Amino acid sequence: MRVAIVGGGLGALRTAESLVASGYAGEIVIVSDENHFPYNRPPLSKEALKDGIEPASLEFKRRPSLESVTWVLGDRAQSVSLRDRTLTLASGRDITFDGLAIATGIRPRRLVAGGPEAGRHVLRTLEDASSLRNELNRSRSLLVVGAGFIGCEVAATARLLGLSVKVVAVDEEPMIRPLGLELSQELRRRHEAKGVEFHLGVGIEAFLGDETATGVRLSDGSEHFADVIVEAIGSIPNIEWLSGNGLDLSDGVLVDVSMRIAGAPVPVVAVGDIAKYPHGLFDETPRRIEHWNLPTETGRRAGKTLAALLAGDEPGLEPVGFIPTFWSDQYEYNIQSFGIPGIADHQRLSFGTWGEPLIVEYLRGNELVGVVGIDSVPQLVPYRNLLMKRA
Amino acid sequence: MKIVVDMSKCQHYGQCCFEAEDVFQLDDDGKLTYADEVDDSRRNDVESAADVCPMQAITIE
Repeated sequence: MRVAIVGGGLGALRTAESLVASGYAGEIVIVSDENHFPYNRPPLSKEALKDGIEPASLEFKRRPSLESVTWVLGDRAQSVSLRDRTLTLASGRDITFDGLAIATGIRPRRLVAGGPEAGRHVLRTLEDASSLRNELNRSRSLLVVGAGFIGCEVAATARLLGLSVKVVAVDEEPMIRPLGLELSQELRRRHEAKGVEFHLGVGIEAFLGDETATGVRLSDGSEHFADVIVEAIGSIPNIEWLSGNGLDLSDGVLVDVSMRIAGAPVPVVAVGDIAKYPHGLFDETPRRIEHWNLPTETGRRAGKTLAALLAGDEPGLEPVGFIPTFWSDQYEYNIQSFGIPGIADHQRLSFGTWGEPLIVEYLRGNELVGVVGIDSVPQLVPYRNLLMKRA
Repeated sequence: MKIVVDMSKCQHYGQCCFEAEDVFQLDDDGKLTYADEVDDSRRNDVESAADVCPMQAITIE
């Protein structure tokens, strides 16, 4: 018996661990287009980008229980036939399977704009981070296109390295979609106090430069130039290889609470950034959430599900019950979130004061759906416990 | 079972505390404190705590 896990990040690792811990004793093959064992990505925009990138120190520990796993690194899933239980890799190699775990995650979204393609850095992989770090080390100025978390973290890191930094984005405030207006304004003020210049609410008309991008022209007609350009405008799920199997691939891979694709002709689960499932915390709407703790949580569940299905049992369908959480380090500020602040209809400062350690509550009607703190970890605990009670 | 937290990596996020609150705690200043020697019966929760550490700073020996 063979399980193929496609994708080689944290979700793949946790799925494999959980499969074995759930009693699965067959073969496991993990296919990854990266040339590394699973590694921790958050430092790539923070400590590692600032202090140096050592792949070995970013790798997750691989437990002895995974010793017999076959790792196929540096090869990509080209297509799959669920009916024929066969995976075809870019190298032409076929891998047959009895169970499949989809863990191919996301890749950076690219801006469609005129001008040179070269010199537009993105940040997702170790290689992306290495090449960006090399550039930052020999440059004096950075232009970040996009004002989400990755863009803002890179901006903060570059300021710490002494570069002058501009952020341009179509959004009206940085990180506004997950954080809402007030907290995103607060974070913009903190970035500005550190010397970052924002141009917000403007589109990118074109990249400027001869062969390499050295600047942008914005929809307000202004032009901005820098030694290094980073594009961080969000991400898209890596679903192309799954086409032709009749799956719901609208924004990720739709699965049930057990992470299984119900009705598939062979046991199939999806985990991590690519999985869209009903969280059941606040409603039954399936959502795809790119928070760091979810590959671990969904991987644990998916491994159990796959082990049960392969043993001829039905997987448990208990509600999901894990709280999405993320954190971000920008300068000396530690930002931590629990719940789904992005679905709130209003927010209120519930601890601390603007400019100081603080906590913002996110409410939908009267219901607490999320909480975000800056430098307030101990004070966040009761809020997190309140959210947990819903689970 | 021995637990080692690399305090040069730890950023005091407190995620480990939710997985094994009898082993890992944040003090009133938000700094991590933990038991460095615990019974083997706690292995599952301590491994979970190590898994969810954003900085991957927890080692079990």
